[in-house]
Amino acid sequence: MTQVTMTVNGKAASGDVPGETLLSDFLREHLRLTGTHVGCDTSQCGACVVLVDGKAVKSCTALAASLDGAEVTTVEGLANGELHPMQVAFNDNHGLQCGFCTPGMIISGIDMVNRYKAEGRELTEEAIRHELEGNICRCTGYHNIVRSIKDAAASM
Amino acid sequence: MYAVNYHKPASIEDAVAAIGGADEAKILAGGQTLLPTMKQHLAAPSDVVDIRGIGGMTDIAVRGDTVTIGAAATHAAVAGSNEVGSICPALAALAAGIGDPAVRHMGTIGGSIANNDPAADYPAGLLGLGATIVTNQREIAADDFFTGMFSTALEDGEIITAVSVSKPDRAGYAKFRNPASRYAMVGVFVAKTGNGVRVAVTGAGEDGVFRHAGLEAALAGNWSPDAVDAVEMSADGLMSDIHASADYRAHLIKVMAKRAVAAAG
Amino acid sequence: MSEGIGAAVKRKEDKRFITGRGKYTDDIRMENQAYGAFVRSPHAHAEIKGIDTSAAEAMDGVIAVLNGKQLKDDAIGDIITGWAIHSKDGNPMNVGAWNPMATARVRHVGEPVAIVIAESQAQARLAAEAVEVDYEELPAVAAATTALEDGAPLLHDNVPGNLIFDWEIGDEAAADAGLAGASHVTELDIVNNRLAPNAIEPRSAIAVYNDIDDHYTLYTTSQNPHVARLVLSAFYNVAPEHKLRVIAPDVGGGFGSKIYIYPEEITCLWASMKTGRSVKWTSDRSEAFMTDAHARDHVTKARMGFDADGKIVGLKVNTVANIGAYASLFATATPTYLYGTLLSGQYNIANVYCDVKAVHTNTVPVDAYRGAGRPEATYVMERLMETAAREMGMDPAELRRRNFITEFPHQTPVIMTYDAGDFHALLEKGQAAADVAGFAARKSEAASRGKLRGIGYSCYIEACGIAPSKAVGSLGAGVGLWESAEVRVNPVGTIEILTGSHAHGQGHETTFAQVVSDRFGLPMDNITIVHGDTDKVQMGMGTYGSRSGAVGMNAIVKAMDKVEAKVKKIAAHTLEASEDDIVIEDGEVKVAGTDKKMAWHEVGLAAYTAHNLPDGMEPGLKEGAFYDPTNFTFPSGTYICEVEVDPETGVVEIVQFTAADDFGTVINPMIVEGQVHGGVTQGIGQALLENVVYDEDGQLITGSYMDYCMPRADDVPSYVLEHSTTVAPSNPLGVKGCGEAGAIGSPPAVINAITDAIGNNNLTMPATPQKVWAAIQEVGLPQAAE
Repeated sequence: MTQVTMTVNGKAASGDVPGETLLSDFLREHLRLTGTHVGCDTSQCGACVVLVDGKAVKSCTALAASLDGAEVTTVEGLANGELHPMQVAFNDNHGLQCGFCTPGMIISGIDMVNRYKAEGRELTEEAIRHELEGNICRCTGYHNIVRSIKDAAASM
Repeated sequence: MYAVNYHKPASIEDAVAAIGGADEAKILAGGQTLLPTMKQHLAAPSDVVDIRGIGGMTDIAVRGDTVTIGAAATHAAVAGSNEVGSICPALAALAAGIGDPAVRHMGTIGGSIANNDPAADYPAGLLGLGATIVTNQREIAADDFFTGMFSTALEDGEIITAVSVSKPDRAGYAKFRNPASRYAMVGVFVAKTGNGVRVAVTGAGEDGVFRHAGLEAALAGNWSPDAVDAVEMSADGLMSDIHASADYRAHLIKVMAKRAVAAAG
Repeated sequence: MSEGIGAAVKRKEDKRFITGRGKYTDDIRMENQAYGAFVRSPHAHAEIKGIDTSAAEAMDGVIAVLNGKQLKDDAIGDIITGWAIHSKDGNPMNVGAWNPMATARVRHVGEPVAIVIAESQAQARLAAEAVEVDYEELPAVAAATTALEDGAPLLHDNVPGNLIFDWEIGDEAAADAGLAGASHVTELDIVNNRLAPNAIEPRSAIAVYNDIDDHYTLYTTSQNPHVARLVLSAFYNVAPEHKLRVIAPDVGGGFGSKIYIYPEEITCLWASMKTGRSVKWTSDRSEAFMTDAHARDHVTKARMGFDADGKIVGLKVNTVANIGAYASLFATATPTYLYGTLLSGQYNIANVYCDVKAVHTNTVPVDAYRGAGRPEATYVMERLMETAAREMGMDPAELRRRNFITEFPHQTPVIMTYDAGDFHALLEKGQAAADVAGFAARKSEAASRGKLRGIGYSCYIEACGIAPSKAVGSLGAGVGLWESAEVRVNPVGTIEILTGSHAHGQGHETTFAQVVSDRFGLPMDNITIVHGDTDKVQMGMGTYGSRSGAVGMNAIVKAMDKVEAKVKKIAAHTLEASEDDIVIEDGEVKVAGTDKKMAWHEVGLAAYTAHNLPDGMEPGLKEGAFYDPTNFTFPSGTYICEVEVDPETGVVEIVQFTAADDFGTVINPMIVEGQVHGGVTQGIGQALLENVVYDEDGQLITGSYMDYCMPRADDVPSYVLEHSTTVAPSNPLGVKGCGEAGAIGSPPAVINAITDAIGNNNLTMPATPQKVWAAIQEVGLPQAAE
């Protein structure tokens, strides 16, 4: 067992966890933050993506014990009184259907917008499609996800 | 995943002790390959020793014409590093193309080369550049380090601390992604260095990353994409799977070699 | 009004999903919950000689280890197929028995043999690895054509030659005669590749047994909870229907794969009773590849004959369909009545004949997946048409035009009666939107960059909304295919719609509410859609076959008709007017031509207070309806794909994809477009990327996303969508199904475009870079690109 304390969605969260506990399990089973989803076991689908210290990370491929002291933001922590612009854009542009991949898509979208803005690069449609390599959606055909992220980038 | 003891030592000495004290320890540097492998029950270490808490492990520094990259530097850090860019933009570009953004935020250069996956990118980059792999015990030339599929010259308890790369005259990397996994199905790194032309191929060889003498000779004579056309490319020793036959891989090695040379300028 | 029929209303259900508050099955945790992990066969075909559970039982946290024999001893029934097909000789089909957990023999890799119940998921999985099963391996066969050969390994004693049925449709002699008299015959060997549906939410089940009431609750990832309850009760003897509640909460995509009632759900329910614990099982992706129903997997020989004017004079199709180790729920209907009946396409063909041999193999059961049978039929038709046009030196659009059906209703020689459509209009719209006129210029521009550019068409028609119960019953269906709805107007005037349709991405909470809003002029916020729980919703057949709009929504309309009639009676009585003069507009119930009116909620209140109702009227305002359509609906469209091929690597880029569809009345164009985007992407996935591969011994090679290639964002373009409308005459709303069309219409357009680009028609799906490169090598580079 390893004692781990992190800040999750702005609140301190701690627990004694077995070494093998994945961040996704810590979030879902220990903290009952079930907005983070697990859709594969080879780190490819991206439904589990969360922000760790501001960067997109696959929570199914990180040990909770290794993130002692980290600041984690899940999809539940994005809305701060009002919805995050990325959440609004997904609703405005029909960027989701079944909703299962959506948490990872929204977090990855925020991450890419933040990085491109920080680097002063233009987030083109081609760039968005390329940046979504680690997020798989089976419903939307990506068309409206791409539009959602592009839309949010303009208001973030 | 099987039960595992987690250690996060603050020093190399503590890491060595943790490894020595375990039944079977694995070093965790980014976990982007190790953890999926453990999840699938294909690896079952008793202990994992996380080296990311060791001081200096993520540093990237330039001295003269050489950049030294800490073993726990993430792919994203290498991709965005001005230091790496100043010595070898091709290596930064290679790092920017590994996995996906979330994987690049966690995966590390040390983890990648220690695992020596036959479809990983870094082995091609480091072998192509003739890099030096620095461990807690010694310095190992890339030519000696990669010893076969998933195998390296590392001894038990030996920990990669850094990788150093000297500035090439020109270098370039081109890869053809496996459509499913997006790992390299064929990746070719070309470098023109003070010690001659080096060409390293990943994703294709049954024994993992390898140098290609024919391509090196052709490019040493004429550093241009056209020089690749005349090179004899055998499919012997190349992997064959549902995604690509050995013959197709052989063909792609030439195409990627040309594109890598073109990218190198 | 802005929220009514035809408005692109934003989805009501989004908020919970974008904030992480959705509730999927695996998000639910019951008190006293234990976890199940299955022991699965590593062999494609083997006898079970013995199972040693002693080591597993002794492990930490293990509550029980249960096997297939115990399950059978408790009289849990075998898994059924829902559609009885007869062979052309009149004999009923032969299907092998399917035990929920294998008792004596395993027939595919991943077949469950036992379940471990433990306190944690990790403990259950660890103990499952410790169960020792003594197998005696048998020869295995994975390919359907091989399984039909003499001497092939036999899977089931009661299925000689592994042949489930040899079915036919149409008139063989007429088709032969047509072909014999043809001035040109086009022949194709076609493989429809095997797919894995891959809803991103893996399947999951939580079974809760209450011994006090002898009652079961099943939370599960289902597209049709009522059907699950019916089958679990009537055929699997888990519990009688009134003692079984099935809840399908938020479900993360289905595409057909969550129609079926799988071994795992049955076993969890039974195991919950055996152990007295709630039992939860959640699949991981690797497990999904070995257990979720696969799809398609046809091998076909097709011949189409034309007269000198390019008119089709005969079509003959011979197909071998791989059904897998066992016949799943719709497995026998998919390659027959959902396939052979669409082999007239959009064309006026007098003579069509199709023969289908369905075959058991040592692979995961194959069943319906988005499109189900119709993508296979469309691929046959549209590859034939494009190929024939090239062979005859005709414009592929012109060849299609010459053969389009133009008068409706049109009776095809393969059962279907098409009731509406305008195929010329769709082709014109598609060509205009795709700028077909500018293709030649784009092709030469691409050539200047060293790229081979090609264009391909697909003009599809499909039959969906499945559909008239009487018709499907006569063709062998085991159930009726109506839908039910209940409209509850509350005393305050708000409305709850209870529907038997189930939403797992389709946006019913929005679209269905729009239909109600439109009818009564009420704000969307006052309308709630209730679905997915057999205790809340009276009955339902669920969501598949693009039936939620065409059938489910029309059931709501029918219930609203009854509500409206009662509202008018109450208002007429209260306002002292004639019923015929009452109109419902903008949330008010008015006497036409006067200023006399009641607010909607006043009518609701009047209905429930019952102080002043017409004599003899029951209090309350709640009406239910079962709707059974009179026909399938027939969406149709023209899809035009443009690709650029890199001749050095064989990589195909889809540079433009245009879809012109006719879905009849559209309730919410935003949602309908989303369905097309998703469907087309799955079709492109089939055409370019996706393939389930077994080796000759029946080992699954593509067992994860490392080897099974899912379409990603950079594999597909943004789509150009067009539409042209003919209203469906068979239902009150005039809607046609839109969920499957994209996956049905797109694959041939992609392959037609690639084969056009490379000048070699010899190409199978998926057109991977390796295959395309090899096809280029086979014929050499087309002149323009050299």
